[in-house]
Amino acid sequence: MRAVDAIMECLKAEGVEVVFGLPGGANLPTYDAFVDAGIRHVLVRHEAGGGHAAEGYAKATGRVGVAFATSGPGATNIVTPIVDAMMDSVPMVVITGQVRTDLIGTDGFQETDTLGITMPVVKHSYQIRSPLEIPRAIHEAFHVARTGRPGPVVVDIPVDLSRADIAYKPVTDLHLPGYQPTIEGNAKQIRQAAKAMASARRPVIYAGGGVINANASKELFEFATADRFPVTCTLMGLGGFPAPHPQWLGMLGMHGTRSANYAMDEADLICCIGARFDDRITGKLSEFAPHAKFIHIDVDPAEISKTIPAHIPIVGDARSVLTKLNKEYRALDVETSRLDEWWGRIEGWREKHPLRYDDSTDAEIKPQYMMEALYEATGGDAIVTSDVGQHQMWAAQYYHFNKPRRWINSGGLGTMGFGLPAALGAAVGCPDETVVCIAGDGSIQMNIQELATCSEDKIPVKVFIMNNGYLGMVRQWQELFWDKRYSHVDMGSFPDFVKLAEAYGATGMRFTDKATLVQDMRHALATEGPVVVDVRVTREENTYPMIAPGQPARDMVG
Amino acid sequence: MGEPGTKELLSLEELEAAGSLHTGRKHILSILVENQAGVLTRVAGLFARRGFNIDTLSVGPTEDHNVSRITLTVDGALHPIDQVTKQLHKLIHVLKIRDLEPEHTVARELALFKISVEGPQRAEVMQICEIFRGKVVDVTRRSVIVEITGTTDKVEGFERMVRPFGLIEMMRTGEIAISRGRGET
Repeated sequence: MRAVDAIMECLKAEGVEVVFGLPGGANLPTYDAFVDAGIRHVLVRHEAGGGHAAEGYAKATGRVGVAFATSGPGATNIVTPIVDAMMDSVPMVVITGQVRTDLIGTDGFQETDTLGITMPVVKHSYQIRSPLEIPRAIHEAFHVARTGRPGPVVVDIPVDLSRADIAYKPVTDLHLPGYQPTIEGNAKQIRQAAKAMASARRPVIYAGGGVINANASKELFEFATADRFPVTCTLMGLGGFPAPHPQWLGMLGMHGTRSANYAMDEADLICCIGARFDDRITGKLSEFAPHAKFIHIDVDPAEISKTIPAHIPIVGDARSVLTKLNKEYRALDVETSRLDEWWGRIEGWREKHPLRYDDSTDAEIKPQYMMEALYEATGGDAIVTSDVGQHQMWAAQYYHFNKPRRWINSGGLGTMGFGLPAALGAAVGCPDETVVCIAGDGSIQMNIQELATCSEDKIPVKVFIMNNGYLGMVRQWQELFWDKRYSHVDMGSFPDFVKLAEAYGATGMRFTDKATLVQDMRHALATEGPVVVDVRVTREENTYPMIAPGQPARDMVG
Repeated sequence: MGEPGTKELLSLEELEAAGSLHTGRKHILSILVENQAGVLTRVAGLFARRGFNIDTLSVGPTEDHNVSRITLTVDGALHPIDQVTKQLHKLIHVLKIRDLEPEHTVARELALFKISVEGPQRAEVMQICEIFRGKVVDVTRRSVIVEITGTTDKVEGFERMVRPFGLIEMMRTGEIAISRGRGET
């Protein structure tokens, strides 16, 4: 069979139900194979859209997202989603076309060194040199992408090799001697961790995206409620622990709650699960959690003691480790009342410093209110994607995620333009769910072309643009740290998002009145097909509270 | 501290974190990799990406033709070796990494020195060469080429001795290293 038909067989064997992509010269044979393959293909309008859609699909479903791109510009366009997937540990396989083998190295038309460009930002990559390598490479790519710490894998296939005639046999004997992720945590270390948690008087559980990736939220809940451990999650971990729960402190970090950040600051033991002490979490590193000892559970050993030396390191899958940790903990004689004083302290912070904002007294829509309204209109049960900026932080703060895989955003790389294609991918993966994209008026324009994909493929995403006419987060930083010398942050008044939505075949709406916002949103959500809502919000509102850059958490402002 | 299996809790004060991230000495990393195209680029690229400097690097075949060995030296005063090796382990083509203990390791490098010599200086250079157990491998009326094999210290010692004569060129391979005793490196 043709190698390209073998590629389709590989995809089917891996359970792939959809590919996001855009054809070009160097993957023409592959696209020919799609005609008869019986695999759904969503034609995106830009390869970046395809990559982010694959990410959104992967984050919403937990399966591997697949994106196709052609050589040269197709491949370079998808580099941003690849980096994004690497930073946020998203399982993704990207198959790129390459110029034919005799042109490689000659600066041929649409030739680029895809492998070289992507090498520092992939979990692994394959340059196909013989058509016989193709099936094994693709099966290995899926294996590497989804196991251990998930990540993006690139398979680059020269066009002439993809046309070769090969015999396809499913590859079942994967042998990667240099790749054996540790799943089971060390039993002795887990026991130590349980005992340390039982001794701690001011413990905090700090959970991240690893809990979501490992499908460990049930296990996290069981461990946290085995005692009364306070729980905070990173931006990537939201939904890993149910937000409306008495032990929930809110998100931590730069725009986290004071309760969460102060608890970290005063903790005597921090149990970090699937998180990595990012600079947006720690603030000033030398003053981060000065009284704490650290248990660090991560499937990637390189994250342990990378920035914060761990006292009890545990390498393993969050789900497996938490199951055992829970068992060990419940076998101990624990004095639950030892946490009374700690909870007293936390309750004090909660009362004194709840998330708050000054609401308007007229029709003006405050961005925070917009998020509360959306929470109400969706019943708190939508899949929410976001772009990057103020709206992302407000969504994280005010949309109280209570289930995993409901909050899909770009955390590590902070990619503007992520939200719409990610929503598209999530909606393809979860057709029965309401999928909402919260965007900024700046970031939505970075992948707005995917509205056409939504309209053509009848993918009913509901986009809510938090429109303040600014690159809001940059404006906020210029206001706070650059003497309000606004430099190129005013986005003006174009485009007209309602007309633009209509031009793309979507329904456009504009909301400006707080009084009717919830009911207007319900109307938008009930409207068939893709909808774009231009929500006009307060122009110069700041995202608070905030750990100023380079400052310790206890000095939060706002 | 409680024994495994007991219900005795442990005191947080007794918990100690992994030692300093920086060891302060030179490390020789012996890395076995799959003999595949692009492996060296991945290793070198990882060092660049993470901001680690490679002091010396040598690559060559091993007794198994599917496997190559990369021997590289890194300054543990500047870089967290633990993090370097963990990141290297994440490369799928990296099979095994040994951070060789200096006292249990035989390390050698090969150096070639092209030295400017005139008249009586030649004898003097050859004498130094003998002390360092070097070999003169080429002689002209105005130069000699000396081959030195040994530890980095020895090579550097020889360099200090002959530099005053006029060092035209020096080439060094970087260290290769093998562990002492019967066990594999």
